[in-house]
Amino acid sequence: MAGVKAKHQRLTLTLLAIVAVVGATLLAMSALKDQAAYFYTPGDVVKDGVPMGKAIRLGGMVVDHSIVHAPDGVTIDFKVTDGSDTVPVQFKGIVPDLFREKSGVVAEGRFVSSTLFLADTILAKHDENYMPPQMAGKMHESASLDTSAKTKALQ
Amino acid sequence: MHIFANPGRFLSIAKPLTPWLGWSGAGLIAVALTGGLLVTPPDYLQGETVRIMYIHVPSAWLGMAGWMGIAVASLMQLVWRHPLAGVAARACAAPGAVFAAVCLATGSIWGRPTWGTWWEWDGRLTSMLVLFFLYLGYIALAAAADERGGEGADRAAAIFGLVGAINLPIIHYSVLWWRTLHQGESISLGGTTIAPALLWPLPLSALGFTLLFGAIVLMRMRAALAHIRVEARLRRLAEA
Repeated sequence: MAGVKAKHQRLTLTLLAIVAVVGATLLAMSALKDQAAYFYTPGDVVKDGVPMGKAIRLGGMVVDHSIVHAPDGVTIDFKVTDGSDTVPVQFKGIVPDLFREKSGVVAEGRFVSSTLFLADTILAKHDENYMPPQMAGKMHESASLDTSAKTKALQ
Repeated sequence: MHIFANPGRFLSIAKPLTPWLGWSGAGLIAVALTGGLLVTPPDYLQGETVRIMYIHVPSAWLGMAGWMGIAVASLMQLVWRHPLAGVAARACAAPGAVFAAVCLATGSIWGRPTWGTWWEWDGRLTSMLVLFFLYLGYIALAAAADERGGEGADRAAAIFGLVGAINLPIIHYSVLWWRTLHQGESISLGGTTIAPALLWPLPLSALGFTLLFGAIVLMRMRAALAHIRVEARLRRLAEA
């Protein structure tokens, strides 16, 4: 009988320890929520004020018909939106193939004025939709709208 | 589980089960990769690079499942003192670490053409890298416990295996809790956002690699038990 009792004691202790560790981790993770975010959205920037000159990542959707190529051939201007706020971005260099309008983007750089974000690096953010090219036509429209709604809901 | 408290009984089932798991896994992987690399269409945005998914996703799953195995075995070792639990946990570690590494490598190769970067410190990538380091830590700790252990060191490895499991929900929810570069879930309980034409090899591949993983774990457990037996026999011979 002593063996059975010891086993129950070990089980109780182990379960208590597991609950404590899981609880502590969940608390830590929820406290990390903002700090662990990989990028700021235009909404964050508008809400908290423009962090002038500080190196940050800005993420969101590239606004449709907003990409403008400068005559020098390497500079591009475009707008990043999170659905409510929009920030103009300028970048000089080569962008990834998946960088396109109505698609996710993460720009690394800094604000040089309250109305211009100067990017050093452009990363394309892929969404969770996978489909063959034939299916893409009409579907893509609704899919990218879904994603922007979802990005918004997460904030 | 207590039926297997006797290693002889475990071995009598593990031995015939190993080739069945191994060969059916290899067969499924062959079908899935033929389908995924040659038959399915490319993705409308990613193009051909989407095919990395048929290796990347099963590797991510097994990297995490391997640690789940370590955690469950460690719990059985700590609470029920199951004689095979420590052997099972150790057997999961190396293959789990390999799959975690394959997941990181294939993800990096996919990230370069898709995102435009080999590596970024976002929530999903970082937590997966932490899992790989946890594996290395566990392997080192278990090896040290085996070398000049005693029960205390063995228990330390089991506690590490159990506590390390906290990283699994962090990996899973990283893309939901935090803004990450890695995309959100394509497959969840609610359904999938992968078109059927691209999806079908993925579950076959995941199942195939899982069966293969099971075969590898059984093989490693049998090898570890044989090793223990040899050492015991040598000790007896030395005493005689």
